[in-house]
Amino acid sequence: MDGRPLVKGIGLLVLSVLALVACAPGSSSSNTTTGGSVNVLGTWGGDEQASFLAMVKPFTDQTGIKVNYEGTRDINAVLTTRVQAGNPPELAGLPGPGQMFQFAKDNKLVALDNVLDMGAMNSQYSSNWVKLGQYNGKTYSIFIKTSLKGLVWYDPKNFAAKSYQVPTSWDQLQSLQGQIASSGAKPWCIGLSSGSASGWPGSDWVKEIVLSQSGPTVYNAWWSGKQKWSTPEIKKAWQTWGQMILGANGANVYGGPQYMAATAFGDAGQPLFTSPPGCYMHNQGSFMNSFFDAYSTKPQTGVDYKFFALPDINSQYTGARVVAGDLFGMFKDTPQARALIKYLTTPAAQDIWVKRGGAISPNKNVSFSDYPDDLSRSIAQSMINTKLPEFDAGDLMPSAMQTAYWKAVLDFVGDQSKLDSILATLDKVQADSY
Amino acid sequence: MDILITFLTGYLPWIIGVLIGVPALLAAYIIGFEFVIRLLPQERQGWVRPWVWVGPALAFVAVFLVYPTIGTVIVSLEDKQGNFAGLLNFQHVLADFPTGDGWISIRDNLYWLILYTGFVLLFGVLLAVLTDRVPYETPVKSLIFMPMAISFVALGVIWTFMYSYQPPGAPQTGTMNSLLTTLFHAQPITWLQDKRVNNFALILAAIWGQTGFAMVILSAALKGIPGELLEAARVDGAGEITIFRRVIFPLMMPTITVVGTTLVIFSLKAFDVVYVMTQGNYETNVLANKAYLELFTAFNKGRSGAVAVILLLAVIPVLIFNMRQFRTVEARR
Repeated sequence: MDGRPLVKGIGLLVLSVLALVACAPGSSSSNTTTGGSVNVLGTWGGDEQASFLAMVKPFTDQTGIKVNYEGTRDINAVLTTRVQAGNPPELAGLPGPGQMFQFAKDNKLVALDNVLDMGAMNSQYSSNWVKLGQYNGKTYSIFIKTSLKGLVWYDPKNFAAKSYQVPTSWDQLQSLQGQIASSGAKPWCIGLSSGSASGWPGSDWVKEIVLSQSGPTVYNAWWSGKQKWSTPEIKKAWQTWGQMILGANGANVYGGPQYMAATAFGDAGQPLFTSPPGCYMHNQGSFMNSFFDAYSTKPQTGVDYKFFALPDINSQYTGARVVAGDLFGMFKDTPQARALIKYLTTPAAQDIWVKRGGAISPNKNVSFSDYPDDLSRSIAQSMINTKLPEFDAGDLMPSAMQTAYWKAVLDFVGDQSKLDSILATLDKVQADSY
Repeated sequence: MDILITFLTGYLPWIIGVLIGVPALLAAYIIGFEFVIRLLPQERQGWVRPWVWVGPALAFVAVFLVYPTIGTVIVSLEDKQGNFAGLLNFQHVLADFPTGDGWISIRDNLYWLILYTGFVLLFGVLLAVLTDRVPYETPVKSLIFMPMAISFVALGVIWTFMYSYQPPGAPQTGTMNSLLTTLFHAQPITWLQDKRVNNFALILAAIWGQTGFAMVILSAALKGIPGELLEAARVDGAGEITIFRRVIFPLMMPTITVVGTTLVIFSLKAFDVVYVMTQGNYETNVLANKAYLELFTAFNKGRSGAVAVILLLAVIPVLIFNMRQFRTVEARR
């Protein structure tokens, strides 16, 4: 056996490493005057992440507080695990007010009333956005950016080529649809695929119809679990979507139910820009243009795409619109986290994202002129002018309800005749999850 | 530079501490107890020593396996608020046979169990036996083994692209649909959404990923069969098919069983492929994915626990069988 040299070698290695370790702490005297750091967990990736990082850069420059951002598309799982393990990030984006209520109820969130300058908040944010961040009268979360739903995106060149008019009423929308369909083309593009949230783009359609058709009272009773899914108003909304938009077996939609199910929501607008167009209209939130910008056909804002608001169904509720937004809450109270969340509500901070595009600020002091193009400016204006803004019903529901809602959309698109049994299932989940 | 300093000051001492400390601790444990054991009367020593040696492993199993398992069983009997709820969660999961969510998950797991295990084994045996007879065995086996190097998540992403769908008439971007439309002039299929095919599409992806594993182990078993046996059979006038049926196959059987039971356990635990490719939508929600969704999207610990317990109960007989099998293989040596 000649194991000796090996043993010696290992001994030497260990000794030298130990020597290194012994020296190392001495050399660690860094000369930064950091004001600590904040861990932030959010759902943003890609462009949105870059915009958020740009937004916090001046903050870091001023205060020396480092912002460690971590993005995940599976925020429910990551956030709950970390909260339950007692190791939450200081600040985190929340999937929706529904989860915010839950965390606030469980005393996991820090109330922000003494953290934020509530006077400034109340004067700069519209009361809707402040109220939506509250639970039991206390402020637990803030909105960093918002979006407006129910925008119908279209290619004005395609409309002009066929001399189609932008519809301003539900009837006009119906006749436009008929016109497009009779020419052998498809009026709509819809894509439902979105990971574990697949189905949500269809759920947007349904909630927009509920709000516009039956008004805010029904809408609020419905998301808060006080009105069943099988009630006439909610059932009628599904039927309206199925019969007046999708058509029998999805006949009005490019590619039919198969393509709807298989297509990612972000890619769903692609056929708008093909030649000849695969479809003429696409109903999606105000963030859709950032997806258009990524298409290989490179459509130009204002030239290749514009939007009109989904027309009102019931004149009694004119101007009722679904809005949504990205919420932020504080899970650990540190001076650094306080400073950051305060900073994020300021017009100066929100201006940065607005200028980069893709965001509508909830802060009224962010000037319209800061929006990068006419299109986003007009979205921001429509947002401010919305008479009856109601927050996204799905995001307000408990997550079990919301998930069942998304799944119901997939089932409904697959076979509209199953509506009654789908609604019965949703009633069961509703009885069980509030 | 900063990163290097953080590494040297922050992590390196820990890494070295663990690298040196853990073996040192174990050595101290064994030497220390050996010292104590020596003090015991001679006849007791033989009885105590094995327990000292397996002690650390038992402790790990207790802390990381037994304790969470008991915890899961307890949680499965509680409602959302943590109150005792009896078998309510099980009742909910197993409601509405056979169209209820829980039953569909069980059905999906059965698909996985039968098709995934069956085909991986079948391809494994076939490839092991066939490649054994050709001169280009090594490159073929390397190619087939290669998917094993890919994580199931990456595999899921790759196959999602392969299964992508465009409407009939439009150019197909997915491999499977372009094959279908150009070779067979058939309509494209939404592989991952169409409830008639999606479970099989997922299982196919997993089979592609795992066949190499079965092939390599079965091939090793095949190589272990002595050449004289085969030669003797040939001398006795047996044809190649008879030799396979009567000599090779029976001798490979113990290995096939062990690989098979391992695959059965894999199939019951199936999660990653489903999570990446369909998220359990369109009736592909295998039990493991259902447990995940109940916990992390519905925030219902109890129901998630109930699903996990059902899965555990399904795995236990396989585990027992597998242990027995190991023992008989050992005994034969």
